[in-house]
Amino acid sequence: MACQGLQKGETLESLKRESETLKKKLEEERNKLNDVELHQVAEKVEVLSALSIKTRRVLKGHGNKVLCMDWCKDKRRMVSSSQDGKVIVWDAFTLNKEHGVPLPCTWVLACAYAPLSGLDNKCSVIPLSLDKNENLAAKKKSVAMHTNYVSGCSFTNSDMQLLTSSGDGTCALWDVESGQLLQSFHGHTADVLSLDLAPSETGNTFVSGGCDMKANVWDMRSGQNIQSFESHESDINCVKYYPSGDAFASASDDATCRFYDLRADREVAVYQKDSIIFGASTCDFSLSGRLLFAGYNDYTINVWDVLKGTRATILFGHENRVSRVRVSPDGTALGSASWDSTLRVSWSFSTGSNYIFRFIKLLFWVNSRLVLEFTVAF
Amino acid sequence: MLWIHSDSFHRLSLLLLFSFIHLCFQLESILLEMQDPKIGVKGTEQKLNISTIPHVIAGNDIIAWISNKMKTSTEEAQAFGTMLVAYGYIYPLQNHKKLVMCNDSSLYRFQTPYFWPTQKWVPDDSDYGIFTLLLHAVCLCFIQAHYNHLHEWLNHKWDFIVMQATEQYKAGKERKKPDRVVFDCQERAYWMVNRPPVSLSNSNMFYQQAIMRSKVKSSVSLGALVKYITTYKNHDPFLASCLPSNPWQTDHDAYWTLNMRRVEVPTKMRVERWSFSLFELLSDLRGRDDFKIFLKKEFSGENLAFWEAAEELKWGTASSMSTKAETIFKTFLAPGAPRWINIDGRTMGLTVKGLEHPHRYVLEAAQTHVFMLMKKDTFFRYLKSPTYKDIQKKALNPEQHNFSPANLEQNALNRSPGIHPIILWQQEEEEKAKVAAASAPVDVKAMMSKIDRKK
Repeated sequence: MACQGLQKGETLESLKRESETLKKKLEEERNKLNDVELHQVAEKVEVLSALSIKTRRVLKGHGNKVLCMDWCKDKRRMVSSSQDGKVIVWDAFTLNKEHGVPLPCTWVLACAYAPLSGLDNKCSVIPLSLDKNENLAAKKKSVAMHTNYVSGCSFTNSDMQLLTSSGDGTCALWDVESGQLLQSFHGHTADVLSLDLAPSETGNTFVSGGCDMKANVWDMRSGQNIQSFESHESDINCVKYYPSGDAFASASDDATCRFYDLRADREVAVYQKDSIIFGASTCDFSLSGRLLFAGYNDYTINVWDVLKGTRATILFGHENRVSRVRVSPDGTALGSASWDSTLRVSWSFSTGSNYIFRFIKLLFWVNSRLVLEFTVAF
Repeated sequence: MLWIHSDSFHRLSLLLLFSFIHLCFQLESILLEMQDPKIGVKGTEQKLNISTIPHVIAGNDIIAWISNKMKTSTEEAQAFGTMLVAYGYIYPLQNHKKLVMCNDSSLYRFQTPYFWPTQKWVPDDSDYGIFTLLLHAVCLCFIQAHYNHLHEWLNHKWDFIVMQATEQYKAGKERKKPDRVVFDCQERAYWMVNRPPVSLSNSNMFYQQAIMRSKVKSSVSLGALVKYITTYKNHDPFLASCLPSNPWQTDHDAYWTLNMRRVEVPTKMRVERWSFSLFELLSDLRGRDDFKIFLKKEFSGENLAFWEAAEELKWGTASSMSTKAETIFKTFLAPGAPRWINIDGRTMGLTVKGLEHPHRYVLEAAQTHVFMLMKKDTFFRYLKSPTYKDIQKKALNPEQHNFSPANLEQNALNRSPGIHPIILWQQEEEEKAKVAAASAPVDVKAMMSKIDRKK
């Protein structure tokens, strides 16, 4: 039986005491190198010019809550999954629906272009083709199997490996072709709700966040937990890497988003406001990493200035919880999915003066909230 | 848990529970058939120290039986088998922490019906108390954490538990040794499924490693994060304008057409981005092409070719690994190879040895060495080279669009569907095949026989 025998002189009590001492020592070591705070470094950075971000495209077609969305590498197509059991592939630019795949499970929790996973504990890969009449559901191939629901999934650098996170507390790496389990990652003590792959040249690590309030960084080769951060006060719903791969952000039910520096090995910022009391369910960075978009359960998307720690702007429009936000691959737009069964695309209007005419036209027929925003922008 | 707080979820979970129960009864009939001495899976005996464990079955036999019985593919049979292990109907004898069914000679046993999920809906904590009391005598430390916690919690029931444990221990002593060994295995396997162990000394080791891990001063790491933002500021469409315009804003997709994978002439912004890091240059395939042109002029293309081949191996399918490893060895690492890479003797030795039993990370050391070489030397020479300066001069700088409201309305009506990503992917695969064919190592034998045949 693979249990460790107690070393000479150890008892359970001594192990527990050692655990407490080690935790304190780790905090001390982290604080020794804590010679400056993020907002101090950020003082030298110029203030953001007034951001004007508008939601101008609404994708309607799902019959129920949209639980997840993801962008295609071509920067304009997206895939979304919903509680109505359908997965739809859209060309968000022309608003065309290109494929609709009905699935046997109604709680399709995660989809990436194109693995899907849901409350039926399986993760399937659906190959897409140019043939509009093809029955895609028939070509569905089951790849991953967990003993509980699958909460998140992501392809690795190629589309031949799949990384999944599950309610059974583990993450796993699968070979798509054979469905073989390549590596499993144990360490969370509750459901794992989200994962993200590091955008680095080595590409060997990923971060996961779960209901045990911990965010863990893993080595994909060995299955080892390299780093762990435990500062949230409730379930972590989403984790996302900073574009350089040296930091990551997390969104949690405790109504905060936090920013962690991996090289300094500590939390460096907390994004919160007294007026924000609902949990954050999703987050993503803009291309440069300066902005953090976070979707909340109070139907809004707050845009945070990552360096200064202040809120740059707030986006309204959804009529129910925001379940997912994702910046497009070239950074030109923000896609958001919501329980109000729509998807919305937003982008920045801060640049170019040719659009003043358009703003004036719109002033006459939008609701009061948006009118306020326009006047502020000018 | 998740942000699901609705009646429908409670109904759903009840439905799942009932379907699980129904499923369990179906499973039980299949399991009984599997254990039938005539038509079931063939078992053998397995020696464990001095006792023998009877009725041991191999993973590949189970999978073959399931595949045959249920008329499914091997993959589906393996998945079904894994479910049987995960829910505790079959337990592994070796590697009992990994609850999966392996399609090889790994050994398993059928769990006694006493421990089947349908018999006990919720693994009772007082039963767990009894179990831990028994094992406490054998000093398994990982159970101790649970034992102490349970002792506090079940204090009122403790006398009952001690009494039950004594009875079970006495009954256990009367059983024959092999039976006892079997029962112990079964019981332990049951608890492994229902109470996975959390090791205290493992987490202490984690803290020790975390303390010793090298950390960087905050001023340094935060400075790097700020530097990244400053570098990319003008390239972030939320902070600076796209040239000629953001397609979402003006409904005109020139920005996407100008920045496609295989443009003849890239834009100035794109070329500038290649200079930010080797990772950026290689991630943009158009930039990688330009880098290859430079390397060709320097006759040092083998490093990048090796790096690309190593990436293909790392991220490729499990089944393609050994063939890929062999090709890489013949092309880059063998003495006298056509594209031999110049790495230090120690790394070369380790890599060649590792290739005897290839796995996906076998080239990691060599790949890192080659990448560092390119990053610290070749990349900077590229940025100073005539190749790069040339492309910088040629690069396009599109004018900012200036659409009138009428133009914008026109654009909105004529949104271009673009080229479908699948077509682009097909084109990409064709190009890759052409390149591979052009640079394949020359097969001397084939050439010689061609020449002979011509004669």
